[in-house]
Amino acid sequence: MAAADDVKWIRETFAEKVLETVEFRGEQSLRVAPDALHPVLEKCRDELGFAMLLDISAVDHLGETPRFDVVYELATLDDSKHLRVKVKVAEDEPLASAVDLWGAADWHEREVWDLMGIGFVGHPNLKRILMWEGYPYFPLRKDFPLAGRPTEMPDVAFTGVAPMEGGPFVANTGAPNAVLREPRSHASD
Amino acid sequence: MVSTTTTLEAAYDSKIESNVIVTRVDAAMNWVRKNSLWPMPMGLACCAIELMATASARFDISRFGMEVMRFSPRQADVLVVSGTVTYKMALAVKRIWDQMPEPKWCVAMGACASSGGMYRSYAVLQGIDQLIPVDVYISGCPPRPEALIAGLMRLQEKVDTEHALFDQKRSMFARSM
Repeated sequence: MAAADDVKWIRETFAEKVLETVEFRGEQSLRVAPDALHPVLEKCRDELGFAMLLDISAVDHLGETPRFDVVYELATLDDSKHLRVKVKVAEDEPLASAVDLWGAADWHEREVWDLMGIGFVGHPNLKRILMWEGYPYFPLRKDFPLAGRPTEMPDVAFTGVAPMEGGPFVANTGAPNAVLREPRSHASD
Repeated sequence: MVSTTTTLEAAYDSKIESNVIVTRVDAAMNWVRKNSLWPMPMGLACCAIELMATASARFDISRFGMEVMRFSPRQADVLVVSGTVTYKMALAVKRIWDQMPEPKWCVAMGACASSGGMYRSYAVLQGIDQLIPVDVYISGCPPRPEALIAGLMRLQEKVDTEHALFDQKRSMFARSM
């Protein structure tokens, strides 16, 4: 069964819990309601053969409600089909953990928690994975400054504010020549 | 009775003449130190690969007496901070520096260790000199092994001009007066 048929099958099985399906250049995405997330993922693994969880990522749509998108990338072991499952989630609203379905979800969910601050109910060990335990911010959120905020945890770690010096220095990909394409500050523009 | 011949023997003996070097204690100590700098590799990112290349056969820092990489800070003289120092790692680097016995020196290898490099970010310490006194900064991203060797030779020059004992003696005299 191809991924397009899988999407149709999920749509029939979960009816109104599937909010949206998108096909773009052969990639299948579907958006589900938060309460249907875990059952959908379970069916994907058990009925449709998506034995592998490639990645969990999160997108911050600052200003929208609900604020975050959490994205699950699924694949079969022979890599014959991929499926992307998205779910919208608000601030301070946890999702159901997928660790009981895929062991790979453990560190991915910790990363999402660490950098975006989205919690997962049922995770066996939900603590920070990249920043240290006790760091007070979620640095990949859109309202967190790129240069960082000063923090101080005696004998554990501290952070300062990075000097941006007119940056960030962004490449101008559409420019006609290599000189203009060089990464440079756009602050003076 | 004191014979004149014994006096002459003490003043000049051709048997020991070639075995005596006249120098200052500081100069002798510095000569010993600079030709046997034991590096502590603090490999944190891609600079560490160049550090390994510097240590291996093609570039070979044993030519300068620095081949004895010690993975214990207690046996090392030079901390080579090679790579990006994140805030999470920063105090661990500081702790290793604190464990190294005096006299000790620090080399900030590459852009990241010197200034944070391209990482103007919430996660990266903007230069190891915020925590540790740095003796030599080496530019490059990452620096070539030749650049690292040039930096370590510059450090040798620095070690050679130190007045550790001289200063110690002077402060001792100043206290006793």
